[in-house]
Amino acid sequence: MRYAAQRLAQAVPVFVATTFLIYAMVFVLPGDPILALAGDKPVPDEVLHTLRERYNLNDPLLVQYGLYMLGLFQGDLGQTFTGQQVSELLAGRWGVTLQLGLTAWAFELVVGIALGVVAALRRGGLVDTAVLAGTTFVIAVPVFVVGYTAQIVLGLNLGLFPTAGTDDGWPMSYLLPGMVLGSFSLAYVARLTRTSLAEHLRADYVRTARAKGMRRRRVIGTHALRNSLIPVVTYLGVDFGNLMAGAVVTEGIFNLPGIGQQVFQSIQLQEGPVVVGIVTVLVMIFIGANLVVDLLYGVLDPRIRRG
Amino acid sequence: MADVRTDAAMKAATGAETGTAAAGSLWWDAWHELRRRAVFWLSAAILLLALLMASFPGLFASLGPNEGCRLGLSKQGPGDGAIFGYDLQGCDYWSQIVYGARASILIGIAVTVFALLISIALGLVGGYYGGWIDALIARITDVFFGVPFVLGATVILVAFPGHGMLAMTLVLVVLGWTTMTRLMRAQVIAVRDMDFVTAARMLGAGDARIMFRHILPNAIAPVFVLAMLNVGNVIAGEATLDFLGVGLQYPDVSWGLQLNTARVFFSAHPHLLIFPAVFLTATVLGFLMLGDVVRDALDPKLR
Repeated sequence: MRYAAQRLAQAVPVFVATTFLIYAMVFVLPGDPILALAGDKPVPDEVLHTLRERYNLNDPLLVQYGLYMLGLFQGDLGQTFTGQQVSELLAGRWGVTLQLGLTAWAFELVVGIALGVVAALRRGGLVDTAVLAGTTFVIAVPVFVVGYTAQIVLGLNLGLFPTAGTDDGWPMSYLLPGMVLGSFSLAYVARLTRTSLAEHLRADYVRTARAKGMRRRRVIGTHALRNSLIPVVTYLGVDFGNLMAGAVVTEGIFNLPGIGQQVFQSIQLQEGPVVVGIVTVLVMIFIGANLVVDLLYGVLDPRIRRG
Repeated sequence: MADVRTDAAMKAATGAETGTAAAGSLWWDAWHELRRRAVFWLSAAILLLALLMASFPGLFASLGPNEGCRLGLSKQGPGDGAIFGYDLQGCDYWSQIVYGARASILIGIAVTVFALLISIALGLVGGYYGGWIDALIARITDVFFGVPFVLGATVILVAFPGHGMLAMTLVLVVLGWTTMTRLMRAQVIAVRDMDFVTAARMLGAGDARIMFRHILPNAIAPVFVLAMLNVGNVIAGEATLDFLGVGLQYPDVSWGLQLNTARVFFSAHPHLLIFPAVFLTATVLGFLMLGDVVRDALDPKLR
């Protein structure tokens, strides 16, 4: 409990400061933010005035920020230039993004850990070399290149998966985008599992377990693997940031009607306020998720709680 | 006894001072290890080529950026005269791709160098002095660490349309200095209390001398490796921002922008996607492989 309270007490100022930082960078730096957010479009005086009122730009900075955050917490993400509420635009989109994220997450969890375990058990072997080379490659290829290649080859040419949209429902429509979205983190999970497990396999307690006659499968399964997965679990937890940034790209490519696609389209339409509103919320979710993972980590590993 | 200890510590201290090239030093051993690795030479070759392209594009391409374009040739595939075909504007794609190297590599290296300088300064000050200044730096690092790279950059860049390479570099530095700073600080703390530092202090060395001549050379190696990997990550991130449409804009030429254009036409004209993707991937891969292989070479446990 003390650990949780301590961690929370640390996290709240960081959370406030981080959101303030983003807010300050968007709304306070030189230049009229409303004009800047409108991009190349001319803005009528009337609209400019209304928007200045709406974003409380005539108030002192801290008040502006406070009112903006209050609005965000009440689900008020601002308006498009045509006056539509952003929160309305997003209604029904969260589900798509959640399904996509969970598919990607399950993919990187299962396949990533499996590859890492196989590679660690046959260190220096053919599989190990293949996993190392393959993961380096996947990390180096930007996610949108992976996305388009998968879309052309697996979707269009081979016809294994639907190429776009969610008409086939879960899981069919989400499999390919999920694999693309999860590919980057999968590579990290596989490498992390490999390094961690290989290290634990050399540990004294594993030798002891083997020496007292325990079977190899059981030594690896219940002793080495469980301990070596702690850093992997942490990584999977903080991976939300990657997944959400990736979702913007992946949903754009595969035309999945989720939150990311809305961001993608709003960028193309130069709808600045919409992009800022949604992405700020995503960043806040990311920070919140990190906090939850930190708290869980203390539960998993008593040394952290007491240390 | 005390004399002997000081003597040994003195040797260690002078060893650190005579620089990094001395036989038997960390970097010398690493170089011996690296020379025998094929991956090292492969990545060095890729990066040398990419650097040449970025510095002297005229050596590779006959046409300048956005030069000699004929709209009539728009999107034509590879053929006679143009080995990579033509882009959307009908410009020679090979020349465009050669000139695209500059944006990626310049931003990747500039962001990393700035971030490295910040992390050296903050890591040394925080790790060496400790106390309230260390706590302050650590909290500020936490705040910036909390902003995810691509999403954070998207928010800021959307608010500043019409930005060029300099603004992109600044934004990416602001979001990307934290990991190296954390590592640098941890390294400094690990080295700070070693005998040779105590010896140098007893000999009357000032704080600045201790930090730069004794602690820094012995703490920088892992941070340096992280910096190499970071160049690759920044290049990939920059390309992603270009691709999303919040990065560089039209008169600039970059691989990310070319991939952004290719997005609409790739199924009928795959060459638009394939060529910049191959160059981008090879460059990022070059930096990642170099970082990996140098890390292995620097780690005595793996020898």
